[in-house]
Amino acid sequence: MPIQVLMPALSPTMEKGNLSKWLKKEGETIKSGDVIAEIETDKATMEVEATDEGTLGKILIPEGTADVAVNTPIATILADGESADDLAKASAPAKQEKAAESAPPAAAKAEAPAPKAAPAPQAVAEPDPEVPAGTEMITQTIREALRDAMAEEMRRDPDVFVMGEEVAEYQGAYKVTQGLLQEFGAKRVIDTPITEHGFAGVGVGAAMTGLKPIVEFMTFNFAMQAIDQIINSAAKTLYMSGGQMGCSIVFRGPNGAAARVAAQHSQDYSAWYSNVPGLKVVAPFSAADYKGLLKAAIRDPNPVIFLENEVLYGHTGEVPKLDDFIIPIGKARIARSGSHVTIVSWSNGMTYALKAADELAKEGIEAEVIDLRTLRPMDTETIINSVKKTGRAVTVEEGWAQSGVGAEIAARIMENAFDYLDAPVARVSGKDVPMPYAANLEKLALPSVAEVVEAAKAVCYR
Amino acid sequence: MAAPKKAAATTPQDKTDGGSPPEFTREQELKALRDMLLIRRFEEKAGQLYGMGAIGGFCHLYIGQEAVVVGMQMALKQGDQVITGYRDHGHMLATGMDANGVMAELTGRRGGYSKGKGGSMHMFSKEKHFYGGHGIVGAQVSLGTGLAFANNYRGNGNISVTYFGDGAANQGQVYESFNMAELWKLPVIYVIENNRYAMGTSVSRASAQQDFSKRGASFNIPGKQIDGMDVRAVKAAGEEAAAWCRAGKGPFILEMQTYRYRGHSMSDPAKYRTREEVEKVRHDQDPIEQVRNRLLAAKVSEADLKAIDAEVRDIVNASADFAQHDPEPDAAELWTDIYR
Repeated sequence: MPIQVLMPALSPTMEKGNLSKWLKKEGETIKSGDVIAEIETDKATMEVEATDEGTLGKILIPEGTADVAVNTPIATILADGESADDLAKASAPAKQEKAAESAPPAAAKAEAPAPKAAPAPQAVAEPDPEVPAGTEMITQTIREALRDAMAEEMRRDPDVFVMGEEVAEYQGAYKVTQGLLQEFGAKRVIDTPITEHGFAGVGVGAAMTGLKPIVEFMTFNFAMQAIDQIINSAAKTLYMSGGQMGCSIVFRGPNGAAARVAAQHSQDYSAWYSNVPGLKVVAPFSAADYKGLLKAAIRDPNPVIFLENEVLYGHTGEVPKLDDFIIPIGKARIARSGSHVTIVSWSNGMTYALKAADELAKEGIEAEVIDLRTLRPMDTETIINSVKKTGRAVTVEEGWAQSGVGAEIAARIMENAFDYLDAPVARVSGKDVPMPYAANLEKLALPSVAEVVEAAKAVCYR
Repeated sequence: MAAPKKAAATTPQDKTDGGSPPEFTREQELKALRDMLLIRRFEEKAGQLYGMGAIGGFCHLYIGQEAVVVGMQMALKQGDQVITGYRDHGHMLATGMDANGVMAELTGRRGGYSKGKGGSMHMFSKEKHFYGGHGIVGAQVSLGTGLAFANNYRGNGNISVTYFGDGAANQGQVYESFNMAELWKLPVIYVIENNRYAMGTSVSRASAQQDFSKRGASFNIPGKQIDGMDVRAVKAAGEEAAAWCRAGKGPFILEMQTYRYRGHSMSDPAKYRTREEVEKVRHDQDPIEQVRNRLLAAKVSEADLKAIDAEVRDIVNASADFAQHDPEPDAAELWTDIYR
């Protein structure tokens, strides 16, 4: 039976890719290991090797096609003795069927399996007060917004430099620093050895002299090796020196769960860092906020933890085309207004919050969704003002509930708006377990839209 | 030139270049004597104030090791940075920081270098290029490498002198830093102050490679063992290392073989070594007595030396007086200097 070649998933979070080039023609003989095509993902251009032998029967997706969903059949390979007449009988190889999770191969064509990260709803009801009316907007990915933010600040200030693993010649493990080496050179875009503890300390030492390092961690999971330098050296020195010596430094990189990378690579550090005085902690959701807040973080004279989310890197959003677009640290944003219940979230938690708000609206519940954007200093005022209006609140986070950011928000609401509450604050969070690998278990461990809807209805007594 | 003689059982013998270190001029001898004496008398006073309860928490005295920082400081030039761990009072005084400000920090007063918020282990002076004062063992090694990174970035010709002990030399981040420093040819002198005990654990009980000058070997960082009780040897080694760094050749390691007379901290009864061991080093190798004896042999009068003693005692007594009478920080200081 002819074998279908499916669009491969080439990274944990890849949902689609561009079929940039076919290296074999229809009718050509293919041996296992032959490179048959080149696929451009949002991170890199990768070669696709054949795993089966035979003849390239039919190319189903022509080269130059953009946004081909993972698991879409892209070609058919005919085995010895088969002819074009057999093409109709093509089936996907068994092992890829498994990878397609719940969706059978037939359905995969229409809908990428996307383990958990469907495109985030970026539609925002409320205009951003930081953007003047009539500003021209450009559509870009969060990855590009981050890159532009760094490049603009590096052009502006020669003391700003980037260091981290694979940030220069490799162009960034997640392609966030793409092009920076070419523009700024090896002096300011520095590949480090895999020594988080050491290079975090080097960055802090350089910052103590007045330089402004952007230290990229490939993920914040690896920053646990460096957390002594981040907290004991970066966060505390200003205080311990009586204000004489601080450090202007940004620690940035993906935080939290990506997709199917299991417990050691999937932890959310929002609560950890936001516990520490002396640090500022930023965790944006929209592309515009990623850009404006990273620029603000680089200019901030204090150490800033900039928590990104790998799942969001490829998502696009509208970014204002302004010469110098800055979002102030410490200000939340009302992403959707409503009067029945307040939903507070940040970073990828906003994906669940906004979708839940859509669901709730269908049932007549108007949720006000607050994107916290900064976790420390926390914009308590925006939360409290909303709760005073709605009388009900739900927090949504991917991290664990115990001592979590949601717990902190609930405490602040209790302290500042107790008399306005019509129901106890509800928390939706990651489950109290290390992140499992299995697709179904991972899905269960993370918050879901249904859980947010359920929590919101519960606090509304519906 | 000999390593501390008591080191025979636990540390390697002298491996420095043969012969005596270059002689000091009379001015250099007098300066070395004065600077070392200031540290010794200051530390003795700090120990006294600790006993009286005027200084709290941890207090690690530098007595016995004075030649290391004083000799190194004589090899540096304006703008070179100094960073060290928690046994740091000597380094501050050697960089020219004011004794009043250091002592008042020890007593937790508003006139202290950190307004009383840092204490013994956490003082800084941008003006004197002193970058702390760090309480986490080994953390200053990565930070000091970062200071050198900044010098390289700016091309300012300065070097970073990064001090740490034989205990810190076993920390992982030290080797991460060595690797980056050599890889990027950073101008940093790693001064390993081998005082033979990491708190109560002797070098032989904690270190597989007891020759600390070789600790950079796998990164191709050159190193030397130096008699850290002889201020002239320290200065000569410091100059050689500084020249290496300033020539763009990368880092250099100096193992200073030295000895601390007091316990690890004020609360250490020092049961891990004999009284005789301490007394022998004091008697045979004391860094201050070495200079004093040379000066006397060179016919400097007792009266001149007494004048130095008196000047130093006045500074130290004044600092103790200031540190006990300066007010505690204002309560409002609790909430300042968290962000800027």
